[in-house]
Amino acid sequence: MKILVLLKRVPDTEAKILINKEGSGIREDGVKFIINPYDEYAVEQGLLLREKIGGDSKVTVVCIGPSEATEQIRTALAMGADDAVHICDPALTRPGPFTSAALLAAAAREEGFDLILCGKQSVDYDMAQVHSILADMLDLPQVNAATAFELSADGSKALLAKRIEGGDEKWETSLPAVISCDKGLNEPRYASLPGIMKAKKKEIRTKTLADLGLSEVPGGGRSRILKWLPLPKSGECRMVEAEDAAGAVRELVRLLREEAKVV
Amino acid sequence: MTGDILIFGEVRNGQMKKVAAELVSGARTIAAGTGGAIDAVLVGRGAAAEAQKLSTLGLRRIAVIDDDLTEKYSTEGYAKVIADLFGEAGYGYVLLGATAMGRDLGARAVAKTDGVMFSDCVDLRFENGACVARRPVYAGKLYVDIAPAGERPVFITIRPNNLPPASAEGGSAEIAERPSGLTREMIRAVATEIVPLAGGRPDVTEADVIVSGGRALKESADFRLLEELADLLGGAVGASRAAVDAGLAPQTLQVGQTGKVVNPKLYIACGISGAIQHLAGMRTSKVIVAINKDPAAPIFEKATYGIVGDLFEVVPVLSEEIKKIL
Repeated sequence: MKILVLLKRVPDTEAKILINKEGSGIREDGVKFIINPYDEYAVEQGLLLREKIGGDSKVTVVCIGPSEATEQIRTALAMGADDAVHICDPALTRPGPFTSAALLAAAAREEGFDLILCGKQSVDYDMAQVHSILADMLDLPQVNAATAFELSADGSKALLAKRIEGGDEKWETSLPAVISCDKGLNEPRYASLPGIMKAKKKEIRTKTLADLGLSEVPGGGRSRILKWLPLPKSGECRMVEAEDAAGAVRELVRLLREEAKVV
Repeated sequence: MTGDILIFGEVRNGQMKKVAAELVSGARTIAAGTGGAIDAVLVGRGAAAEAQKLSTLGLRRIAVIDDDLTEKYSTEGYAKVIADLFGEAGYGYVLLGATAMGRDLGARAVAKTDGVMFSDCVDLRFENGACVARRPVYAGKLYVDIAPAGERPVFITIRPNNLPPASAEGGSAEIAERPSGLTREMIRAVATEIVPLAGGRPDVTEADVIVSGGRALKESADFRLLEELADLLGGAVGASRAAVDAGLAPQTLQVGQTGKVVNPKLYIACGISGAIQHLAGMRTSKVIVAINKDPAAPIFEKATYGIVGDLFEVVPVLSEEIKKIL
């Protein structure tokens, strides 16, 4: 089984995110970048499937990103992915979902695949659109935000689950398909030292737009960000104090009832 | 393309999600700018009956689709239904709730219409001839105001509990049942079954009150304290990533950047220090109560009310006091 895993370089979830001086995006200096956390579940799922199916199964990472994204690609290779395609072109600044999906579709057609795995969203723009648009472009079924994944005995179908409001939804899809992954699907492995050594020798095929047969950025110019806004300042916290816990709680309940009117 | 707006009214278990009336509010904001009409579409079992709930909100038409192939949710099937309606009426805007279904469906449908989609929006306005949406980025650490570029359909998913539900305007929308136009071959992936959450509590994304626990809880049994308080308030129980990673609570309860983003009326954080990624998931709660032993915990910077104290002491007393006023 040939598995493509889509991967994005994003700021660490623990990083403080500030607007840059020009007001045109975020300040990247001092921000640590990581593999998008949801994509780690996709990498792990790809590796688990390869281990289970065996044979000539292969996990190929596909990443759109600046040259610095090589670091995140190497991490995925160190986890155990076999090789990678890095779509990297100076014309690609902040690609939107249609642009990303078109580039990934071009790469996927070139590479060939039996399954495409990715994270349910990237934790930067949080749009959760690329996998659905990609699935439509490739005319594939999709299941989003999987928390369970099982192949049918004959390998023609996948049985999945996802969390929805108030419960778990069970899904069934034919393959090939695009499956996006959510936390809870598996426990991503750490890169081992031998894994890190091996990753250095694994192939990363860098692709420009021209390499993908494109003369310009596809799918662009759909939206404009008018303004970046910091969070509104939160008001001062009112510390509720009393001689003992019971007194403080009584005062809290009074405030919740009379001032905030929420209970 | 017209200035008309289509609302997707999500029906689950025969019930329409209440976000539908909030979408009508958003649609009115756009219609005031474009002069367009507002239509709705409801798909699935019970759609016809639920459509009545929208009929007095000043809509023009409500399409109802309910056949064997729409009984179970499928991204492909529902997206085709939307795309077909879209093709016939040339909508300029499509509004969906930013729910599990809305986010899934919207992205597939927008691909079919070659439009643009703004996800998880919290506010809408219309200025200089265009719809401007406000949406969180970096898990709510920042916001952007975003507008479409060029002439293309605009899909918008709006988070529940952000826009006011539309009030009745009288009138009665034309409700028209129509076939789905789907065939079995078109649906390759389908939701076969829904297994409800155990415990009967509301989901954190839909609850008005959330009682959330952090690493200060020592074992999963300690969550019992929070459950008691949550049940008294008709709320949900949440957990920080630290508590989930320590195995104290299931992942379904996690609030934060890699968990759920929540927006309740009241959020009670018990023994949660307030890591950035947690704050990102709950900071838009209307009232935040923080209970923590450490007066320097960052959670107090975001809280409306704070009590410095041990949750094992404070929470049971809080439950007792709440019982007295119910």
